[in-house]
Amino acid sequence: MTSQPKAPLTSRDRRRNRAVAVTGLVTVWVLLWGTFSWANVISGLVVAAVLLVVFPLPPVTFAGRIRPVPLLRFLVRFLRDLVVASVQVAWLAVRPGEPHSAIIAVRLRVNTDLNLTLTAEALSLVPGSLIVEADRRTGTLYVHVIGIRGLDEVERFRHGVRELEARIVAAVGSAEERDRIRHDEAEPSGSAELEGAPT
Amino acid sequence: MTPDEILDTVAGICLVAGALLCVAAGIALVRFPDVLSRMHAAAKPQVLGLLLVLLGCALRLRTGVDITTLVLVGLFQLATAPVAAHMVGRTAYPHDDIRRDLLITDELAGHIDRIRADRAGEPEETSPVRTA
Repeated sequence: MTSQPKAPLTSRDRRRNRAVAVTGLVTVWVLLWGTFSWANVISGLVVAAVLLVVFPLPPVTFAGRIRPVPLLRFLVRFLRDLVVASVQVAWLAVRPGEPHSAIIAVRLRVNTDLNLTLTAEALSLVPGSLIVEADRRTGTLYVHVIGIRGLDEVERFRHGVRELEARIVAAVGSAEERDRIRHDEAEPSGSAELEGAPT
Repeated sequence: MTPDEILDTVAGICLVAGALLCVAAGIALVRFPDVLSRMHAAAKPQVLGLLLVLLGCALRLRTGVDITTLVLVGLFQLATAPVAAHMVGRTAYPHDDIRRDLLITDELAGHIDRIRADRAGEPEETSPVRTA
C-alpha cells in the first residue's frame, strides 16, 4: 500500500499479533483433536510455532480493542441478517420471474485492511449482497445486490452497509475510528460521492 | 417428553430446515439468470443450511469430540464462503454473460479500469503467500 502511510508496527504490536495468531492456531488444533489435554496443547504450540516460522502472516494493524457488548450486538444482528438473507434468496429462487439486481459502490469511512475485510465478509453473508470488487485506495466496496426493485432501495441499501460498518467499528475499532464514524453521522457528508481523492 | 426426546425433536427440525435451505440454494443455482446472482445462492442459503444441519447433528450426537469438529466446520464455512463467492464474482465481472438488462444501476463500470490498474501496480499485495 503506497498511498496510505501506515505506522510501522512496534515490537510490542508484533508480539501481540504473534500471540493472537498462536492462540488461534492452538485453539483450532485442540478443537480438531476434540479433547483438551496437555499433550494436545503442547503439540499445538509446536505446530503453531512451525507454521508461523514457515508461513509468516502479513502484518495486520489492529489498532482497536474488542468491546464485548457491541460485539454481541453485532453478532446477534448478524445472525438475524443471515436468516433474513437466506429466506429472501430462497424465496427469490422459487418465485416466478427473474430477480433484478444492482452493483452499488459504498465508500467506507474507516479505510483499514481489517475493517474492509470484516465488512466485506459480513456483507457477503447478509441480505442480498455480494462483493464484486474492493478498492483499497479509496476504501470502497462494490456490492452486487440481488432482489432490488428501484433506485430508492439502492440508497436504503447503501445506508444499511454503512450501519453495518458502524457496528463493526463499534465492536473492534479504535477510539479514533469510532470518533470518525460518530462525527460522520452527526453531519453526513453525502455517501454517494465517490470521485474524491482518497482520504 | 424426556429431555432427550426434546433435543432429538429440535435436532430433527434443524436438519429438515437446513436441508430445505440447501434445496432452495440448488434451485436458485439453476434458475438465477447470471453468474453474480448465482453466487448469492451459493453464499447465503447454503451457509445457513449447512449451519442448521451442523446444529442438528450436534444436538443429536451430544459428544464433545464430535461437536468441536462441527464447530470448526461451521467457522471455516463462514470464513471461506464469502471469499469464494467474491473470487468468482470478481473473475466474472466484467463479462458479456452478466445480464445488464437486469441491473438497475452499475456504479462499478466507471471505476473498474482504474482499480485493476492500481492493483497491477502493486503485484506483491495480491499474491496470497508473502515471503518475509
